[in-house]
Amino acid sequence: MTNSASEEGTPADCLTGSLIIDAVKKSGVNTILTVPDKTTSEGLLRPIAADEELRHIRVCKEDETVGISAAMSYSGQRTLILIQYTGLLDSMNAIRAIGCEYQMPICMMVGLLSKEPGVAPTESKRFGIRIVEPILDTMNIDRHLIETDDDIGLITPAINKCYETSSPVAMLIGRPPLAA
Amino acid sequence: MMKRDDCLKSLAGKIAQDEIVVAAYTTAFEWIAIRPSPCNYISSGAMGMTSSHALGFALAWPDRRIILLDGDGSLLMNLGCLVTTANAAPKNLIHFVLENGTYEANGGHPIPGQNSASFAGMAESAGYNNCHELSDLESFEDNIGSILQEEGPTFVTLKCVPGEDYPQDYRHMHSAKLREDFAEAVKNF
Repeated sequence: MTNSASEEGTPADCLTGSLIIDAVKKSGVNTILTVPDKTTSEGLLRPIAADEELRHIRVCKEDETVGISAAMSYSGQRTLILIQYTGLLDSMNAIRAIGCEYQMPICMMVGLLSKEPGVAPTESKRFGIRIVEPILDTMNIDRHLIETDDDIGLITPAINKCYETSSPVAMLIGRPPLAA
Repeated sequence: MMKRDDCLKSLAGKIAQDEIVVAAYTTAFEWIAIRPSPCNYISSGAMGMTSSHALGFALAWPDRRIILLDGDGSLLMNLGCLVTTANAAPKNLIHFVLENGTYEANGGHPIPGQNSASFAGMAESAGYNNCHELSDLESFEDNIGSILQEEGPTFVTLKCVPGEDYPQDYRHMHSAKLREDFAEAVKNF
């Protein structure tokens, strides 16, 4: 389930926020549900909040985004959830029930706060980072590591698959995207 | 204090058959017996998520009134939704909380703050457009017509006690068929 283009050969050392947002828009997402995350704060959240093409809904707690997103999917609208990995962990019961058991399209972009760039999440010194991928695998949730610009090509297909197969996906942001 | 099913029967007579009603747990079982409709959504999956689903429906279909029948225990598990909803400010959302003071679906144990916490007060502080608290059927019937016409988000605490017993089929609540029927009912909304 893991995909990372950078692991296959063409590593780059930057991740560009505007390219991520373009890839999200290309998938047909028009609403972004967010709880702030320091990793994605400048490169994604601020540009998204200022983007007139996107509807931005600020949410108090991450599990709310799961219910909101599931409900909106019945109208055919695509949403992206932008949260921190701690919020992902906190939302596991909602994701378990709504995403996994109900098979709803829950599309998540998750900042791996303080993950060391270039280090696999499972090799991080931080316990919270190390457990993210194993938990997602246990729940059979598709995941993609987005660490460099070479990985951005994974985003649009991942979102499309999430909605076409009505299943959850987590795109893990491995370093702070540049605000460009 | 009014009986919950009497209140729900009265409400059912005031809304259209194709209105989306999102309901939580014990209230959900009573509601689907009182007003059967594929536009009932009772598949919130996890306790507390009913209010978030209702907000999602309200955002998705801003021209349709969305009615949320929340529980007090459910709301306590997702209190942040009050601020999220008030901030998103859906004009088409009416958030009822049927307050019986217990986690009824979990054994009937008292909620923290039973008889002291004010849900309508919390909603007002969060920024809901209109907040009400009703505890007897006569007041409900006198006011529900105008409440349903208010520009939302509107919050209504309904202080109530359980009424008659209704079937509680959790397999039905969680069934894929139920969600498929809902999807079919709303596909042209």
